[in-house]
Amino acid sequence: MTTIIVLVKQVPDTNAKIAVNNGRVDLSAVKMVMSPYDEFAVETALRHREAVGGEVTALTVGGPAAEKILKDAKAIGVDHIVRIDSAEEMDSNALQTVLTKAVQDLGATVVYCGKSAADTGAGSTGPGLAERLGWASVSNIISATFSDSISAVAPGSGGNVKLSVPLPAVLSCDKGDFKVRKPNVKGIMQAKKASVEVHSIEAPASSVTLVDQSLPPAKPAGKSYQGGAAAAEVAQLLRDEANVL
Amino acid sequence: MTQTIVIAEMTTNGVHSSTAELITAAMTFGGEPTLIVPCTDASLADSAVGMGAGSIIAAKSDVFANYDASGWAAAIDSVAPVGTVITSASPQSKDLAARLAAKRNISVVQDAVKIQNNTVTSPVYSGKAMQSVSINGPTVISVRSNIFPAATGGASSASVLDTTGKIETSVQEFMARASQRLDVSEANIIISGGRGMGSPDNFSHLEAIADTIGAAVGASRAAVDTWEPIPHSMQVGQTGKTVNPNLYIAVGISGAIQHLAGMRSSKYIVAINKDADAPIFQHADYGIVATWEEALPVLHDSLKAMMG
Ligand SMILES: Cc1cc2nc3c(=O)[nH]c(=O)nc-3n(C[C@H](O)[C@H](O)[C@H](O)COP(=O)(O)OP(=O)(O)OC[C@H]3O[C@@H](n4cnc5c(N)ncnc54)[C@H](O)[C@@H]3O)c2cc1C
Repeated sequence: MTTIIVLVKQVPDTNAKIAVNNGRVDLSAVKMVMSPYDEFAVETALRHREAVGGEVTALTVGGPAAEKILKDAKAIGVDHIVRIDSAEEMDSNALQTVLTKAVQDLGATVVYCGKSAADTGAGSTGPGLAERLGWASVSNIISATFSDSISAVAPGSGGNVKLSVPLPAVLSCDKGDFKVRKPNVKGIMQAKKASVEVHSIEAPASSVTLVDQSLPPAKPAGKSYQGGAAAAEVAQLLRDEANVL
Repeated sequence: MTQTIVIAEMTTNGVHSSTAELITAAMTFGGEPTLIVPCTDASLADSAVGMGAGSIIAAKSDVFANYDASGWAAAIDSVAPVGTVITSASPQSKDLAARLAAKRNISVVQDAVKIQNNTVTSPVYSGKAMQSVSINGPTVISVRSNIFPAATGGASSASVLDTTGKIETSVQEFMARASQRLDVSEANIIISGGRGMGSPDNFSHLEAIADTIGAAVGASRAAVDTWEPIPHSMQVGQTGKTVNPNLYIAVGISGAIQHLAGMRSSKYIVAINKDADAPIFQHADYGIVATWEEALPVLHDSLKAMMG
């Protein structure tokens, strides 16, 4: 049976204003949501199941509050929801070590995740997990078709490339040219009742530690002009002042 | 002192000039970085001479003919000494950075814009905040372009090391690019249009200017979602591409937070918008309150005159 795992992460709503207090981002007033690219990963995982059969497990690492996004995944059709309990900040080595163990324990034919999380923007988890599992990986896929292997389209150096990806594999998902499904009432009811499987896995110590978070330096006010004729002056300044032409 | 290794950013013709910036970033750790040039033809590594590396290794392998994360990480790992590794923050190199770090059971820090005393700073929350982390021991760090100055001088020739790795994926098809135009992720200058362009046909005005100054044409999500002829590959922003050009010209784009997420770190930003209150103006170095119909012909004529 094809067992599919999709990694999901809770992040601040991308519309939220970010505040900083005492050198730390303050998210207390911010709505938390599933990271936008993870929605494409969930959709791709469900399509994979629809094409070949099998089961989809949504997996997250975090505290109890992160269960909301697991319920969101359940509401649109994943079979199982699992949370690896963790309160602490982990560096990529620690997080990937935990995820590797989780995927080995659960067993999987394929793992999907978003191309990057909307908070860090790093995009390290998919390829890092694949390396630790000794699996193939392709990042930033925009579409996939499923059989014994996966045929995935991802950007290459001279345009998109269609790749044949042997299984097991980890695929990170970019926005594809498809719509992600929305939950229906039945799904939402089922998600309410669904129970989250909680595991704990010991993480190695982190060697990368947070020093400080801050707001980006404010940009000095730019020059502003009224009317299209000013475009001539701006063109001159781009060459003579900004030196970018 | 940390041993530092830089992985060259490649183009089809050789080493990308931004590699010299990576060498400067590596030098913040002290010492002379070793540059590794992944290539199928060792002569390509000659183009890295003058970029400031202490030594240059042409890592030669058929594995590097097409990108495969697993094969590349293995082939680079086996020729790279232990130490802190610096890569570009292009999508492919971030992927490689993560895979290489995992291979060595160390951590990766992506999108660095500042490195000082083992503290690495990157934008987080789509650039709405900056985060500094302290690294302890060998780490893989990807570095954004157009931030560090280019290094010069250094080793005057490359040594060749043969290497190999297991390729997992295979290419089924190279798909034709929707257009022959420069891609936004590869351009130093980008001119982007939003919903304010009124129709996809009007993007021809942006293309004409792009051709004059060697720019790529980008778009907002509203433009991509509304108009079929504007492909997603042109989209800049949270769910499009993150770009970091020297110059970004936003035309008929309001400056929604998700659009800013993809372009706010551009060195210079020009905004053309008919609404003086459009948020994009708060981020513009040069803001022109005007319709594009009024401003673009003037801009194009001036640029044509300047570029001769
Ligand atoms: C999860 C999520 C992800 C998103 N990701 C992205 C993303 O990746 N990229 C992105 O761009 N957006 C993204 N968005 C959408 C974003 O919120 C905005 O809706 C979008 O950027 C608006 O595009 P726009 O500026 O072209 O259109 P509008 O906001 O409609 O602005 C059009 C502008 O054109 C001006 N205008 C009109 N006519 C003229 C004229 N003749 N001359 C000059 N100016 C004129 C108007 O004054 C206005 O400011 C995302 C949203 C969400 C919720």
